[in-house]
Amino acid sequence: MQQRELLNSSQLSLTLQRLCYQLIENHNDFSNTIIIGMQPRGVVLARRLKNQLDLIVKTDNVITYGELDVTFFRDDFRHHDKPLVPSKTSIDFSLEGKNVVLIDDVLFTGRTIRSGLDAMLAYGRPSKVELLVLVDRRFQRDLPIQPNYVGCVVDTINEEKVKVEWKETDGEDKVFIINK
Amino acid sequence: MSALSVNHLLGIKDLTSADIELILHTADNFKDVINRPIKKVPSLRDITIANLFFENSTRTKLSFELAEKRLSADVVNFSASGSSVSKGETLIDTTNNILSMKVDMVVMRHPNPGAALFLSKHVKASIVNAGDGAHEHPTQALLDAYSIKEKLGTLKDVRVAIVGDILHSRVALSNIFCLQKMGAEVMVCGPTTLIPKYISTLGVKVEHNLKKALEWCDVANMLRIQLERQDIKYFPTLREYTMQFGLTKTILDSLSKKITIMHPGPINRGIEISSDVADSDQSIILNQVENGVAVRMAVLYLLASKLQQSV
Repeated sequence: MQQRELLNSSQLSLTLQRLCYQLIENHNDFSNTIIIGMQPRGVVLARRLKNQLDLIVKTDNVITYGELDVTFFRDDFRHHDKPLVPSKTSIDFSLEGKNVVLIDDVLFTGRTIRSGLDAMLAYGRPSKVELLVLVDRRFQRDLPIQPNYVGCVVDTINEEKVKVEWKETDGEDKVFIINK
Repeated sequence: MSALSVNHLLGIKDLTSADIELILHTADNFKDVINRPIKKVPSLRDITIANLFFENSTRTKLSFELAEKRLSADVVNFSASGSSVSKGETLIDTTNNILSMKVDMVVMRHPNPGAALFLSKHVKASIVNAGDGAHEHPTQALLDAYSIKEKLGTLKDVRVAIVGDILHSRVALSNIFCLQKMGAEVMVCGPTTLIPKYISTLGVKVEHNLKKALEWCDVANMLRIQLERQDIKYFPTLREYTMQFGLTKTILDSLSKKITIMHPGPINRGIEISSDVADSDQSIILNQVENGVAVRMAVLYLLASKLQQSV
């Protein structure tokens, strides 16, 4: 099994900083914007960005933040041997009329994001939804979904796997490709 | 986390404690779903479920139907009265006829113990037992366990007293299996005639004095006297039963600690439980009903994920 590094810890923190400023360009003080992390792997990224944005933006009110689990909305239910085990959704506010930034770590086929768009409807009709991903595996989409903000773009083949590890959950910040 | 070890939910006896953990954990997520503004998820949209009720039911039937609809499954309902059963059709024939209309899962309540097991051996569908005679009522036990865990935070070493008509109760048997597998202690309490002779071989304590049972327990699960199943007299009069085993506010207030009161319903107010107890803040009877939908959603979801994908 071969590993190839895409981003090391310092590159990753630079990338996060750039993504923050790109978000601020479009959302100013985040007064009408909500940040939503996708369970399970997108929430660490989303929490990092939210904390960093809170420091940079310095508004009186903190940025509204939620976490979304899409398990029950997936289209591959009963395609696996094991059941899909859900994580927790925590959105205790309405998305009606808000700008929503969905955040996930890796964009691959686009199917998770499609489920996310469905799952979000239970919380109201947002006026606009944007997508932020750390890694975009372009040329591998099954659905017509494109991100608005991208950490880095990578060309991969199907057999390869892109893994994002975080200090909080895995002990170290890094992004790498595994060749099976 | 792994899948359930069974393909049908026939009784708690067949489940492992890991299965029960998985169901309770999944139910947590569904409880969150049914408290959202839009209480529906599309997981089971390609699944059809038949609810076969050969015996009367309000709560269980409604609860299963709501659980199925909130998972987006297609639902057909059947009740024995006004059907071909009264014309002499057998259980297998009735079910196979329904299954040839392409039904994937069957939820069944039947007055005969073992009916669900029998069906699971003869028809091609995932079977969920919604009560078979005086045998088992697995989803009730699961929702009771879920409700206790929600109220007290754990099931380990919790003391539960099941009071009333143990002899005719499927809820009692399923509850005993479920609570013991999760590490709780169980006591049954009732008149000698309504306690099965060999119940202590299941490892439960037996008590015939209500006050002593209540002093011992953290949670009391009050059962209804099932007059419709009693072909002989088990006690002289209902009034005498109520005097001995009816739970009243006076008894509850005389205890040294605050215990939690449960009831699987339907309640006979003024017989096994008085109105002021049933409506008190110690009672979690209505929480049980709410949790029932979440737990049944979890059971259906986990069983459905084991069905072969039909593509």
